[in-house]
Amino acid sequence: MMLRNRKLLREAGVLGLNERNSEFIMRLNPRRFYPRVDDKVLTKKLAIDAGMPVPELYGVIGHQSEVRRFSDIVGDRESFVVKPARGSGGDGISVIVGRSKRKRDSFRFASGLLVSGAEIEYHISNIVGGQYSLDGNPDTALIEYCVHFDPLFADVSYQGVPDIRVIVYRGYPVMSMVRLPTRASDGKANLHQGAVGAGIDLSTGRTLRGVLGNDVIDEHPDTGALISGLYIPKWDFILQSSARSSEVTGLGYVGVDMVIDRDLGPLILEMNARPGLNIQIANGCGLAHRVRRIDEIFDATADPATRARISRQEFPAERQGTLALSD
Amino acid sequence: MTTRYVLVLAGILTLIGLATFIYKWQVLGLPLDASQDTPIWTVETTIRFDSGPGSISVNLQIPTLTPGFATLDEYSVSRNYAFGLNYVGADREAQWTVRRADGVQTLYYRIVVYEDQASDQADLTPPLPIPPVIDEPFRTAVDMVVADVSDHSADAASFTSVLVRMFDDPSPNPNVELLLAEADSRADFVQTLTTVLASARIPARVIHGIPLQEQQRQEAPVPWLEIHDGDRWRFFNPSTGDETLPERFLIWWRGSEPLVSVEGGSNVEVHFAVQRNYIDSIAIAGHRAELKQSRLIDFSLFSLPIETQSVYSVLLMIPIGAFIMVLMRNVVGVDAFGTFMPVLIALAFRETRLLWGVILFSVLVALGLSIRFLLERLRLLLVPRLSAVLIVVVLLMLVISIVSHQLGMETGLSVALFPMVIIAMTIERMSVVWEERGPADAMRAGAGSMVVAIVAYLVMGLPWLEHLIITFPELLLIVLAAVLLLGRYTGYRLSELTRFKAIIDK
Repeated sequence: MMLRNRKLLREAGVLGLNERNSEFIMRLNPRRFYPRVDDKVLTKKLAIDAGMPVPELYGVIGHQSEVRRFSDIVGDRESFVVKPARGSGGDGISVIVGRSKRKRDSFRFASGLLVSGAEIEYHISNIVGGQYSLDGNPDTALIEYCVHFDPLFADVSYQGVPDIRVIVYRGYPVMSMVRLPTRASDGKANLHQGAVGAGIDLSTGRTLRGVLGNDVIDEHPDTGALISGLYIPKWDFILQSSARSSEVTGLGYVGVDMVIDRDLGPLILEMNARPGLNIQIANGCGLAHRVRRIDEIFDATADPATRARISRQEFPAERQGTLALSD
Repeated sequence: MTTRYVLVLAGILTLIGLATFIYKWQVLGLPLDASQDTPIWTVETTIRFDSGPGSISVNLQIPTLTPGFATLDEYSVSRNYAFGLNYVGADREAQWTVRRADGVQTLYYRIVVYEDQASDQADLTPPLPIPPVIDEPFRTAVDMVVADVSDHSADAASFTSVLVRMFDDPSPNPNVELLLAEADSRADFVQTLTTVLASARIPARVIHGIPLQEQQRQEAPVPWLEIHDGDRWRFFNPSTGDETLPERFLIWWRGSEPLVSVEGGSNVEVHFAVQRNYIDSIAIAGHRAELKQSRLIDFSLFSLPIETQSVYSVLLMIPIGAFIMVLMRNVVGVDAFGTFMPVLIALAFRETRLLWGVILFSVLVALGLSIRFLLERLRLLLVPRLSAVLIVVVLLMLVISIVSHQLGMETGLSVALFPMVIIAMTIERMSVVWEERGPADAMRAGAGSMVVAIVAYLVMGLPWLEHLIITFPELLLIVLAAVLLLGRYTGYRLSELTRFKAIIDK
């Protein structure tokens, strides 16, 4: 059984953690470039310099003594997001979507829960103390624009903001999925926190099947809406922005996370030097074959737009063979 | 490319490790098995005699070249006597002298040997013996015997066999009868054989030895026949003519000299007593290395002070734990907290034993977690909160120790060395995972850590493995090589085979 699975996975080109770590991350992602993606403040700055769209940064708190600047930074804004600059896997992110009508000092989470300003300050203090940082060292808290998500996803997400992850290999987008928050994931778009992942056909930008945990699903667990068959707007723009990430970060294997704002369109939230492998389950397809194809056609002189176009030609969903389309 | 370097490096490490290991095992004889004790034999010679009026000098033949045995120690016990060793050719004599002595004198010579097949005799090829001058009528008898035996034999060995059988014939021919007329003892009998062999130009001599048996007292050594066939010395049983040596035959001396000669004494009695003991094979190996002038054993763990040794006996097992960790993480794919935390927990289990360790660890972490959630409400900064958890853990351990002592469970006390910092860190990490990813993930990682810790504990506690690593620390080079190779392992983890099942299932 085990051996048969191993053989089938190999044939499907499924990438394992060991291979990802040694053949992709260690080979293509030089350690010195890690801060560019691990530190969200730096990522944002680099992205802005490169002309990539990002959510507006309201303020940065880098020290315990600055925590009380929180209310100055937020000012009168109704919604905002607090996140650690060097958090991992979406840990420590708080999304404030509004305020209490009676008390301006009371903030509302995406879940509807009301919290006081003091509680948010405590959360920021924890972030600065390093509770969520990758290495446990003191960290910086970002307070930034809260994305108003596109109504397109209203039926297939439970609170929170769905985000789109594109895996970019040597500058070429090779695989993509949309991550849909669920009740279980507490509005967060992280697969291991219980969000649903749905593969996206690179050539058309249409969603494929969904995956929850390691299981394939067709409907959103909370809303019951069909996950497949949605067309992601501005797909070409999303792929081009993602493709640009290799120039911006210097990394050869990177996961680019984007959100689609109702008003501002696609925005880059963060980039990841160690993107997870569940995207393969969401696409019902392994990464290895696509990566090999990129190695064959790799052209160092191609610009991001060209690379995005080539990826759209090379990786249509029909070619995946093992795909289980529900329509 | 990198893979090739890793392969080469791992190959070199394995080679060095294996070579050193095999050298220490095969040549120095370090034991593979912890319980392996080597038998050692103590042979004691007691010389008792009545002292005469004048000065006394006692000479005793003692072992020199002992094929199949190596000497561990030798000494004499003799009050008031001056003791010395004389080298007579290739042989040795012990000599005791004293100017005056009264009454019955007792001298002891003791030698401690162990079996060592490698200890071969380094005796040189003797010159061809000059035909001995023998008076008539023996001359003729010898010549006739030699002529007779030569007809029935092909070489030195078969000559010896035929000759011995002829001598052993219960109804010997007249020539043999004549030659043996004056042979009173077995030693004389063998001596006569050597004379005939010398006439046939075969180098031969009597050897006197003691067959080592578990415990015995013996009056005299057993004489045996040794001949040289031009190539090497060969042993013949003087009673049967078979080429053989008694089992565990310690050759005491060679030649026709008497075992002991006492000047200035009378009524000499000599006894041999053999005693078998067992000692640690490692001591023997150390001695052997000394003999071979090998420096390797000087650089081994056993040259360190005992206390340091006991620390290393724990430290040297940590690489094994780390190896288990690598296997569990990268090949099996178990979720666990921290990189080496499970190994440290496994070390703690050594103090508490497994069952108690698991219970204790679970209880402490569970209690600590609930305290941690209480502290969460107080909104403490990270480091003070961690410290608070640590202090609570220490207090909890104290309470558990006291309670278990009151209940008469002594194991509770061994808690003292349980790594509380590790527990505090576990609690902290677990609570963060708990909050961020939910209880399921926290429990899974916690259980994973526990499983890895238990496996690591069980493997690190294997007595034979522990013995192997401590005796042959170079084996860790092989572990290192294996870890390097696993570092380049790009195959699936076992857990991924089920994790990605959805991709291959239609």
